Amino acid sequence: MNFLRKQLDSVKPHFEKGGKYHKFFYIYEAIDTFLFAPNTVAPTKGAQVRDAIDMKRLMITVVIAMLPCLFFGIYNVGYQHFLAQGAEASAGEMILIGLKQVLPIIIVSYAVGLGIEFAFTVWRKHPVNEGFLVTGLLIPLIMPPDIPLWQVALGTAFAVVIGKEAFGGTGMNILNVALTARAFLYFAYPADISGNVWTYLPEGTEVVSGYSGATPLAVSYEAAVSAKQAVVAYEEAALLAAEDPTPLNQAVAEHARHLADSLNTGHLVSDALANTWYEGLYDFSNMFFGLIPGSIGETSTLMCLIGGLILIITGVGSWKIMVSVLAGAYLTALGLNQIAGSNEYLLMPAHFHLVIGGLAFGAVYMATDPVTAAQTERGKWIYGFLIGFLTILIRAFNPAYPEGVMLAILLMNVFAPLIDYYVVQANKKRRLRRATAV
Amino acid sequence: MGKNVRLRKGFDINLAGKASPTITTTDQPDVFAIKPTDFQGVYLPRVLVNVGDTVKAGTPLFRDKKFEKIVFTAPVSGEVIEIKRGEKRKLLEVKILADKSFQHVEFRKYSAGDLASISREEAQEQLLASGVWTNLIQRPFGVIADPNETAKAIFISAFDSHPLAPDYELIFKGEEQFFQAGVEILKKFTSGRIHVNLRGDKQSSIFSGTKGVEFNYFTGPHPSGCVGVQIHHIDPINRGEIAWTINPFGVIQIGKLFLNGIYDTSRIVALVGSEVKTPQYYKTWTGASISKMIENNIKSGHVRYISGNVLTGTKIPADGFIGFFDHMVTVIPEGDYYEFMGWISHGFKKLSTQRAWGLFSFLTPKKEYVLDTNTHGEPRAFVQTGVFEKVTPMDILPTYLIKAIIAEDFDEMEALGIYEVIEEDLALCDFVDVSKHNIQALLREGIELIRNS
Repeated sequence: MNFLRKQLDSVKPHFEKGGKYHKFFYIYEAIDTFLFAPNTVAPTKGAQVRDAIDMKRLMITVVIAMLPCLFFGIYNVGYQHFLAQGAEASAGEMILIGLKQVLPIIIVSYAVGLGIEFAFTVWRKHPVNEGFLVTGLLIPLIMPPDIPLWQVALGTAFAVVIGKEAFGGTGMNILNVALTARAFLYFAYPADISGNVWTYLPEGTEVVSGYSGATPLAVSYEAAVSAKQAVVAYEEAALLAAEDPTPLNQAVAEHARHLADSLNTGHLVSDALANTWYEGLYDFSNMFFGLIPGSIGETSTLMCLIGGLILIITGVGSWKIMVSVLAGAYLTALGLNQIAGSNEYLLMPAHFHLVIGGLAFGAVYMATDPVTAAQTERGKWIYGFLIGFLTILIRAFNPAYPEGVMLAILLMNVFAPLIDYYVVQANKKRRLRRATAV
Repeated sequence: MGKNVRLRKGFDINLAGKASPTITTTDQPDVFAIKPTDFQGVYLPRVLVNVGDTVKAGTPLFRDKKFEKIVFTAPVSGEVIEIKRGEKRKLLEVKILADKSFQHVEFRKYSAGDLASISREEAQEQLLASGVWTNLIQRPFGVIADPNETAKAIFISAFDSHPLAPDYELIFKGEEQFFQAGVEILKKFTSGRIHVNLRGDKQSSIFSGTKGVEFNYFTGPHPSGCVGVQIHHIDPINRGEIAWTINPFGVIQIGKLFLNGIYDTSRIVALVGSEVKTPQYYKTWTGASISKMIENNIKSGHVRYISGNVLTGTKIPADGFIGFFDHMVTVIPEGDYYEFMGWISHGFKKLSTQRAWGLFSFLTPKKEYVLDTNTHGEPRAFVQTGVFEKVTPMDILPTYLIKAIIAEDFDEMEALGIYEVIEEDLALCDFVDVSKHNIQALLREGIELIRNS
């Protein structure tokens, strides 16, 4: 290690003030501090000892917490690939297919993101922030396995430049950077990030009969639509029977009522989920473990929980946000179950909402981003709860886009400063009241 | 009725090198010094002595140009041997070679019974002339108290919760009568109460018998002993209000000034830290040089000497002097080394308030750590939230306060409570900051902005 240190020390003067490569100082600093924790000491006055933690440790802890999702995601990409073909394959083969799909996405995301980060470092003269270690892995985890690599590059570039650097770099951004990438791709190339893209199937692959690439959210949405159609049909038939009470019309109305009733019992959505092309695919337990089609890293609620546990135990992620997002979602879904009727989609059992889509992933890794979340402790509760609430509202009332967690988090990112503003304002008011009370 | 306050937020840095409860008196240092830099809010010190002058304990050495009444006096008798100045002729130290004849400037002596009948003016004059006044600190801002003001209350923290702090029950033992006399004098300067704040989990204290004061009890980790935190929970300072704080040592000095008629600066200091061979207490005087104490008593060569504790102290050289307000000297390893991949290595030897380091540190809660001065990282943007709040047991939002200071937003600083804190109250924020800012220095900048506005 001494050799490495000497090499670094020998080139250091070139990057310092007056050196010919001073422009690139922060790139040197990034490499130097990556290899060696710096030899800086506490100042003459003030705290003479410092906590061992630094930004790199913080960020690497988040990366470690994401690894369960990544590893499971790699396996699941292969698993879904073979499942759709109805082919037998060993776990090794599945992992190989997964690696083949996922690794290039990760490499592109890191290469593009870090490239831009370094360029801005030179241009704007700010240190390279370790935040991209996390963002660079988050982006692949929320991409469909089939995404074209140029889209990954474009989305990452957009997110880093517009989502982060335009605001002044890490710590200043308003929107979650990884979600900005995903939202950009979603609105720019909707065809490549919705529909049957959730299973890796290269062109020409033979699939089993009856195969559908629909996600649980899409399946349940379809079911909800057909239930709604049944209700409409019954209402029409009943109207017809009332106007023209022929035995035939009455029989049709009676039949439509039975149909609508049977669909209205609340099991429709779960029935639809249970009866997919592959038996048991959308069982609650299967969705909890995550062996379902979806974005690379977000299908498994279990892996998200493991990652969340790592973040909570190490204290890196806010448990308040995680708990309040899930609580907000669960309670909202439960509430909607009560008022269901006109909108069959409200009938989705509340606990199903917790395991489908990206809710768990969003709650654990996205909502907790400390820069874009609420920063006051009280604010974190409100912020998290509203994310859960909005996620379910979007899922239930916005048929154009069944997955709500991305938009809910981005929306609350925008409102987080407002929440904090009121929490801080309350603190000021307590101080003011104390002063005037006596 | 005093208050009983239980604080949950905070953090105790458990360092190796605690002082054993023995007091050494041998080998007194030859040189003593008073440093204007120990005092906050001194505008421009004017030196009143020349090199070669003979002084007694209590002879004025310098005074502040702005507050001419406040003088800073010699702690011991002897000869002025150096007036040390730094850049732009800033006064750094006035050094005295002690003659060990213990001559004192004579002040008026009172019997314990007469203390009550002394007028405020009379008391004030004697306090100012002797230099004892400089022990009185004003909140807000943490500067020397203005003699023209009257405090709404006076607060005395009777314990020190800083890492490796000296045990006040030991170093002030036997001084109870002077403490009581000091309290009698202090009463003349406040329209309100005198609060003595004790550790809540200790049964008895040498200060428990003091009459005419209000006792409050504080339990919990550091900074429970910081007087600013205590004030926040007893009787917080609002805009326009003034409170005074004083260390028990200052109260005892007031007592000695009136009962004995002399400026008696004898004090007991603790020499502590992982690099000290035999950490223990030393009896000496204010402004003592540390060179004799550390002679043959330090384990390795590459250390940092700190006057005070590791959270709020000041680095001093090996022949430096103990600060005016300090009752301890801490010696820890200097941390100017590189560590290969330091951020990813394991964390058994390092201490962190967060479990991202030392995941299993909860298994060894009593472990004593050897910490050095390395910052363990480089400055970065503010990212992680909620860490400052975990070590600030006050209804104050440190992150927002610091940001208001950086933005130089006066209204925000005021509204967010800058009047209630000085460096020591937020010193733990300095320690825990992931982004490695110097929070205490920032806070002082903010305080000076407000004070001079």
